[in-house]
Amino acid sequence: MDILLLLESALNGALVGLMYSLVAMGIVLIYKSSSVPNLAQGAMVMLAGYVILAFSNQLGLPLWAAIPLGIVTMFIIGVGIERVALRRLAGRPIIMILMMTLGIEIFLRAGSMTIWGGTSRPLPLGISDAPLFLGPLLINRAYAVGAGVAVAMFVLLVLFFRTRIGVVLRAISDDYTAAWSVGISVERGVALSWAISAVVATIAAVLWGSVQGVDQSLALLLLKGVTVAVLGGLDSIGGALLAGILLGIVEGLASIVLDPLLGGASRELVDAAMLILTIMLRPHGLFGRHDIERV
Amino acid sequence: MLFRQAGILHTNYAQDRALFPIPADRWMIGGLLLLAAAAPFYMSTLYLSSYMLPWLVWTAAALGLNLILGWAGQFHLGYAAVMGIGAYAAVHAQRNGVPWEIAIVLAGLTAAVIGSVFAFAALRVKGLYLALSTLALQFVMDWTISHVPAISGGTQATLQAPDIRILGQAVTSDAGLYYVALVWCVLVTTFMLNLRRTALGRALVAVREKDYAAAVIGVNSFYFKLVAFATSSFIAGVGGAILIGTFYHAVTPEQFSVDVSIQALAMVIVGGLGSIIGSYFGAGFILLMPGVMNTFISWLTAQFGFSLGIETLAHLPHALYGALIIGFLLIEPLGLGKIYGNIRDYLLVWPFGYVKK
Repeated sequence: MDILLLLESALNGALVGLMYSLVAMGIVLIYKSSSVPNLAQGAMVMLAGYVILAFSNQLGLPLWAAIPLGIVTMFIIGVGIERVALRRLAGRPIIMILMMTLGIEIFLRAGSMTIWGGTSRPLPLGISDAPLFLGPLLINRAYAVGAGVAVAMFVLLVLFFRTRIGVVLRAISDDYTAAWSVGISVERGVALSWAISAVVATIAAVLWGSVQGVDQSLALLLLKGVTVAVLGGLDSIGGALLAGILLGIVEGLASIVLDPLLGGASRELVDAAMLILTIMLRPHGLFGRHDIERV
Repeated sequence: MLFRQAGILHTNYAQDRALFPIPADRWMIGGLLLLAAAAPFYMSTLYLSSYMLPWLVWTAAALGLNLILGWAGQFHLGYAAVMGIGAYAAVHAQRNGVPWEIAIVLAGLTAAVIGSVFAFAALRVKGLYLALSTLALQFVMDWTISHVPAISGGTQATLQAPDIRILGQAVTSDAGLYYVALVWCVLVTTFMLNLRRTALGRALVAVREKDYAAAVIGVNSFYFKLVAFATSSFIAGVGGAILIGTFYHAVTPEQFSVDVSIQALAMVIVGGLGSIIGSYFGAGFILLMPGVMNTFISWLTAQFGFSLGIETLAHLPHALYGALIIGFLLIEPLGLGKIYGNIRDYLLVWPFGYVKK
């Protein structure tokens, strides 16, 4: 087997993996602040894609205006989801919370298709298709841009967590009873984390929409996002970034090595296997916090 | 019906621990069973084979999921995959000449063995991580079923299910298939009703409430988790085989995809965790809801004279289904079973509502 081919697919895989970690970051943000595993993150990405398309196609706005408007809309939707659906469930068993996020997933996915229809439509960002060469290796330009944005998003989030509001969110994620007792509004903090995560979902929607078009398949990013989030540790944003790269490389290599053996479509199998292996071997992920359980 | 508890004084433990300690309940159950048994005589075949039959089969399946979710408290997002294992096992066994009665037991056993793999995930992790690993196992099993030609007969293939034969007699009439489903559903219900009264059921509840605490009082929580997964997988496997045999008559991988797992979960949640009557309500509600919604929407559009796009009509029931799950969790998290329980408790002492039971 050609070593260059392997290198090339590993490199492109790493870039795609960074784009996965955009979805994972949204899951991590919500889990960190409220211990809610958001299984609706994929549907939020899909909804964001449709919202941006609605602004650009139906209202005829240029993309540079539609994307910020989409971000604002999704910010409000994120706050709304927390306020309406999740706040009342605080302290309930995890079964109810998981089922709630699954319900939101179904509602958002089917709801956006009810309004805008299920046909795939393009979201052109104007990234040229011309190949980009790094030495002898061919790189997909769209993936490279996506990976760059993902890293930028990570840096922004790290900087954000150093601001005053960011410190408040960190206090909530550390111990929300203690945060409450020093006068931090935990509800508002959790709502803010949902909003930020919806904004991250919008960014992911723009990038993924430009790669594969906006349709129901955007919601399927959930499996990748969850795998990356668990692999990196559900409460570690940096972990999500690194785990994204790792999963991307493994997927890229697997698609070359395993596809001929298994007859294609090995990516989903690799994702599921990675998820199971992580949970079995190291449930708190690469960089997550190890929880101690009390009776 | 009213004040049914008046004058009912149990004088020994056997009476007090009977399945239905109140005679009115016994009469009601008896009446319902008679109605169910006589259904082929007064129902049209359309209602019988496209509403009653799937309702009974899915109720039995929902009860099996309720065993793991409501009794043992273990999240299971791969239930449909386990049903699929049973369905494929039964179809392959039958195609190789195994009689149907043995084939469905084989289906249950195969599902129980493979389904116990989920229990080994439950040994290691719980709560959220268990949910995610069962979801991943669902994907792995979907993939295996559809990509191994020996199982599915090739990608995108449909396997024809042989006719159900009981003691060599082919069962093909609508009434016959309905009775197969009815007997299975009654069997599972009886099992679940009795489970509450056994040491196994109590141990499962102890594990659900807190597995460490259960271990402290001497309940081997891993053993009971394994038993719970194996039992519910057995019910799922036989249920899948019966679903294929009586309703679909052919088996494809898509019939047991992750969406179906979520649908089964929705039945349990909407019906009520740990509620048997709730599983009946939940399964009926989730199965009937899309059809009722479609009728309602087309009535609305006709009434107000506007028309909806074909895609809108296709996806709207699905969106409402999501909204219903959200609504139930917000308004009555214990589901329809709890609503029924509230009404029943109220009527038990009506009109003397101040008498506490």
